[in-house]
Amino acid sequence: MAAVRHVMEFERPIVELERQLEDLKRLDVSAQPELASEIAQLEAEIAMLKDALYSALTPWERVQVARHPERPKTQDYVGALFSEVVELRGDRAYGDDEAMFAGLGTIDGVRCVVLGHRKGKNTTENIRRNFGSPHPEGFRKARRAMLLAEKFGLPVVSFLDTAGAYPGIEAEERGQAWAIAECLETLAGLRTPVVVVGIGEGGSGGALAIGFGDRLIMLENAYYSVISPEMCSLILFKDPQHAAETASALRLTAVDLVELGIADEVIEEPLGGAHRDPALVLARVEDAIVRALRELASVPRDELVARRQARLASIGADSVRE
Amino acid sequence: MPVSDWFKAREQRRYTVVSPGAPSADLPDGVWLKCDGCKHTVYRGDLEANLSVCPHCGHHAEMPAKDRLLALADEGTFEETDATLSSTDPLRFTAAKPYAETLASAREKTGLAEAVVTGRALVGGHPAVLGAMDFRFIGASMGTVVGEKVARAFDRAREEERAVVFVTASGGARMQEGMLSLMQMAKTAAAVRRFSDAGLPYVAVLADPTYGGVTASFPVLADVIFAEPGAMVGFAGPKLVQETTRQSLPKGFQTAESLVEHGFVDAVVPRTELKATVARVLDYLCAQDVHPAAEGAACPVAFEEGS
Repeated sequence: MAAVRHVMEFERPIVELERQLEDLKRLDVSAQPELASEIAQLEAEIAMLKDALYSALTPWERVQVARHPERPKTQDYVGALFSEVVELRGDRAYGDDEAMFAGLGTIDGVRCVVLGHRKGKNTTENIRRNFGSPHPEGFRKARRAMLLAEKFGLPVVSFLDTAGAYPGIEAEERGQAWAIAECLETLAGLRTPVVVVGIGEGGSGGALAIGFGDRLIMLENAYYSVISPEMCSLILFKDPQHAAETASALRLTAVDLVELGIADEVIEEPLGGAHRDPALVLARVEDAIVRALRELASVPRDELVARRQARLASIGADSVRE
Repeated sequence: MPVSDWFKAREQRRYTVVSPGAPSADLPDGVWLKCDGCKHTVYRGDLEANLSVCPHCGHHAEMPAKDRLLALADEGTFEETDATLSSTDPLRFTAAKPYAETLASAREKTGLAEAVVTGRALVGGHPAVLGAMDFRFIGASMGTVVGEKVARAFDRAREEERAVVFVTASGGARMQEGMLSLMQMAKTAAAVRRFSDAGLPYVAVLADPTYGGVTASFPVLADVIFAEPGAMVGFAGPKLVQETTRQSLPKGFQTAESLVEHGFVDAVVPRTELKATVARVLDYLCAQDVHPAAEGAACPVAFEEGS
């Protein structure tokens, strides 16, 4: 288990008990023999409480876990799961957006194009990477890499972790909507397998631009949503304080997405979240990607695209009344 | 008399105060409208005859989707499709207020089943599938029904070898249908791709306002993109951009005119010239007499009707 520094709001009661436990442990047990049983009791209580809390996270709590600063990030997955990595930079039109990773990498002996939103590990990195919120250049770089994948018959593996496309002046002036739409059109017809893994935040159009394909694998506490719970609350309640309620209403969790026919698989996280045992999560994600790539390898390209488009066409079809 | 009272008295002199429930026989009852652009009072009939464009200042007012399509189509050729498609509220969404109620009141207010109207028509003699979004219906947001109707429109046009002309106006994806709405961006983009691969022409007209997940999907994938004068078009709304960046927005930010300057829209076209302009583009892109060099090109256009 990794030492965790960032405490989420809903974890506070447990953290408080753990602090009390530490205090008790610092006392001299030999002087007060009854202390030992008290410590044991508190430890049992904490374990029970943790189990109860973490095994039944609400959607809003999962969103907070998905945003946890110590959660494994795109660069962790790329570094641990892929060998012979070559980063591809620049959109060949304006610049290079560090909020989007694009590169070549090998997993299970399969050469791939790898994409992913890239958040930073610290403030300096986050400022350079704009907290993982891409400008149009990021999406154009991703599209460039998709087309390269198609041209050379390499499958695409894409990691989702963004609060959303950056809502900035220059992002708008350089065609944010155009850049995203072009990614969608490209992915929709890309003649090579596309495997998508939701590892953290899946914020709206900025996630979708590299966020659909032939398989969508979601970490248990990753979310994927049309709008952030806070913004949804602001619009519907004129107040961001109802985010817990809108997080439930939006059906944005991994399990929800499987039920809605959008995601294919949920990867279980260790109790408390992926940041509690990154090595375990990395291994599970590797296994899921390898399985997906092996399954998709044998599908003829025409059929792959036809299936992808048929699946898209069917999304929401049940909720349309003639 | 204190100054505040003087202002109050002056206001009362200038305006007729009508108390609710009083006989209203003398009131004009919506015959006169105030233009949002120049604040001139305009006779409703004049405004409607001019496609809801103010005769004084040229301001383009919101327009019901069906009126837009009738204005684009050759007279008597518009035939609506999928008119009754409606949402079943797939998430049983309730936050602040049940989505089912929001849907019901939008249906009542507009007389429409959903926020987009589609159909077949001729435009300048060219067979086309037309679509227009109706902002009065939950901000013409795109949920499963809008996405389905847009996708069907492109698929139908592909099967029947028609051009597509789409007038957009929308606040974005419909949050009350959650991820099903977001996926409609991919679904409509896929439909455009299939259509486009068949070599058929697509003209989009961006009307005020077009934002969010709608802008970032099927509208901006058109072969030729026009926008209405003064239309606000973008991904993130201006308020969010301002709050996020804490910068003052440049003059003309996200207006149709600035989008032309930045290279994202082909031209700003006044509504009164829209039909003729779209028809002229289709004359080129649906041309029967293709250049010999283009023989065997993907565009399978050989239209008889209306020519």
